[in-house]
Amino acid sequence: MTRVVANRQVLAGLCIVALFVLVAALAPNLAPVGPTTQNLSEDLRPPSTAHPFGQDKLGRDVLSRVVYGARISLLVGVLVVGISAVLGLGIGALAGYAGGRSDELIMRGIDVFLAFPGILLAIGVAAVLGPSLRNVLLALCAIGWTGYARLVRGEVLAWREREFVSAAVALGATPGRVVWRHIVPQLLTPLVVQATFGVAGAIVAEASLSFLGLGVQPPTPSWGAMINDGRSFLLVAPHVALFPGLAMVLIVLGLQLLGDGLRDALDVRTED
Amino acid sequence: MRAYVLRRLLLAVPTVLGVVTLVFVLVHLIPGDPVDVMLGETARAADKAQLRRRLGLDRPLATQYVRYLYHLARGDLGRSLQSGRPVRDLIVARYPATVELAGGALLVAVLCAAPLGIAAAARPRSALDAACRALAVVGTAVPNFWLGPFLILVFAIGCEWLPVSGRGGVAHLVLPAVTLGMGMAAILARMLRGSLLERLGDDYISTARAKGLGERRVLFKHALRNAALPVVTILGLQAGGLLAGAIITETIFAWPGIGRLTLLAIQARDYPLVQGCILVIALSYVVVNLGTDLLYGLIDPRVRS
Repeated sequence: MTRVVANRQVLAGLCIVALFVLVAALAPNLAPVGPTTQNLSEDLRPPSTAHPFGQDKLGRDVLSRVVYGARISLLVGVLVVGISAVLGLGIGALAGYAGGRSDELIMRGIDVFLAFPGILLAIGVAAVLGPSLRNVLLALCAIGWTGYARLVRGEVLAWREREFVSAAVALGATPGRVVWRHIVPQLLTPLVVQATFGVAGAIVAEASLSFLGLGVQPPTPSWGAMINDGRSFLLVAPHVALFPGLAMVLIVLGLQLLGDGLRDALDVRTED
Repeated sequence: MRAYVLRRLLLAVPTVLGVVTLVFVLVHLIPGDPVDVMLGETARAADKAQLRRRLGLDRPLATQYVRYLYHLARGDLGRSLQSGRPVRDLIVARYPATVELAGGALLVAVLCAAPLGIAAAARPRSALDAACRALAVVGTAVPNFWLGPFLILVFAIGCEWLPVSGRGGVAHLVLPAVTLGMGMAAILARMLRGSLLERLGDDYISTARAKGLGERRVLFKHALRNAALPVVTILGLQAGGLLAGAIITETIFAWPGIGRLTLLAIQARDYPLVQGCILVIALSYVVVNLGTDLLYGLIDPRVRS
């Protein structure tokens, strides 16, 4: 544990992530005005003391929107990783534990999902279901679970031959209990590392979908949609796209530092 | 080698069938009546019935699936709802632009990553190594939909060195290729550095040094050739990823490729075209991965067994 805390990367990453969690939690206190409050007579104003990040095309305060945008980003990141991990855990454990033809079938199925590069499948799902927060979550979970399933399956295959697992089976433990009580605890470290990178990935993916107009709908503030809005005013008002982008780079940087540091400190091998 | 190629090709068959099936399922996930979604709720009943017949939506699902496979096997992807033209023709017209963009991005990535990764591994913990790490970290954290607009602002609008958007000569390709290739450059530089450092610790490197070979020769002739192997795999995986990244990059730069076509089709609710685009991008990825596997087998005989 001391190794983990002493790691400079972990510490730096943790500080950045904690900062964003605080910002998201205290959004109503930190935002100078509401994220959707318009002031049409003050459109595209540059940063000032009243509006440190400036104002967008509808005169909305960019700082407030960035602050509230952190809520959407973190919400999507955590929910997508949580749901994907649980789904992947179940499916991966099933494949590894059952073995044989069910294992073969599940692994071929995963190959099919992995045959879609990057967020292509998520774009497809979001396009077909229509843009909304719920559908973004569905789309990102559809591509998110495979990594966890492969990780868990591999570990289950490796651990199920060990004595303590055989002993549990001999004592009459059900497969569900064996997986949950004996195998999952062995997996916690690689899972935590993968989940850290997963949150970063989900945040970028949500912003990508919103950038393409397939994500959270206006006026809800999402960093990706804000960057897309700001694109039309780059020359006259670069601040509109600059600040949500900076916020995103910073949180992704924080999560990556945290993930890298945890991986080094805990000495886990992840597939990536 | 022939047996290896054959085995890889056979293994790809269920994946391709799976991809084709998943895309079919995807389009049938449209909530409610897809014809309502495509034509709008106010469309006339006769028009709706006609479109439903044309798309075969009035048949049982199993029949639709078999028809879809049958048409696909003959290279028929249906017709675009918006333009009425065959989806295949629309995609074929756009495909070269995306290949050009992905090729440019690949070139940018390799040209950035190779010198940086090699220099960083040759002098670990030097300033160059720090620069490599910084690029790797920042390169993966900066999203392409943010990098692209700011590259336009600085190099196209500010300095007026390069065109803002569109496809033309090499000048048009630079900014989109950098936008798309930067993330990959970061990953590659990092991989190459790690892989090289690992090889530099091997026994045969000590042997090469002991027999008096220059450090340059040791690095390029002995270590790099072996270190390149895992990097080639990543290159293949990432090259496919460029196809998905192209959707965003092409949107930013109004690049007339298949990625932009996909997004325009989504916005127009032109589902036959959406289906065709997603299918073609995914199948391209499968082919690129297959090519990487075969290349890997060619370079490293151990993989073949």
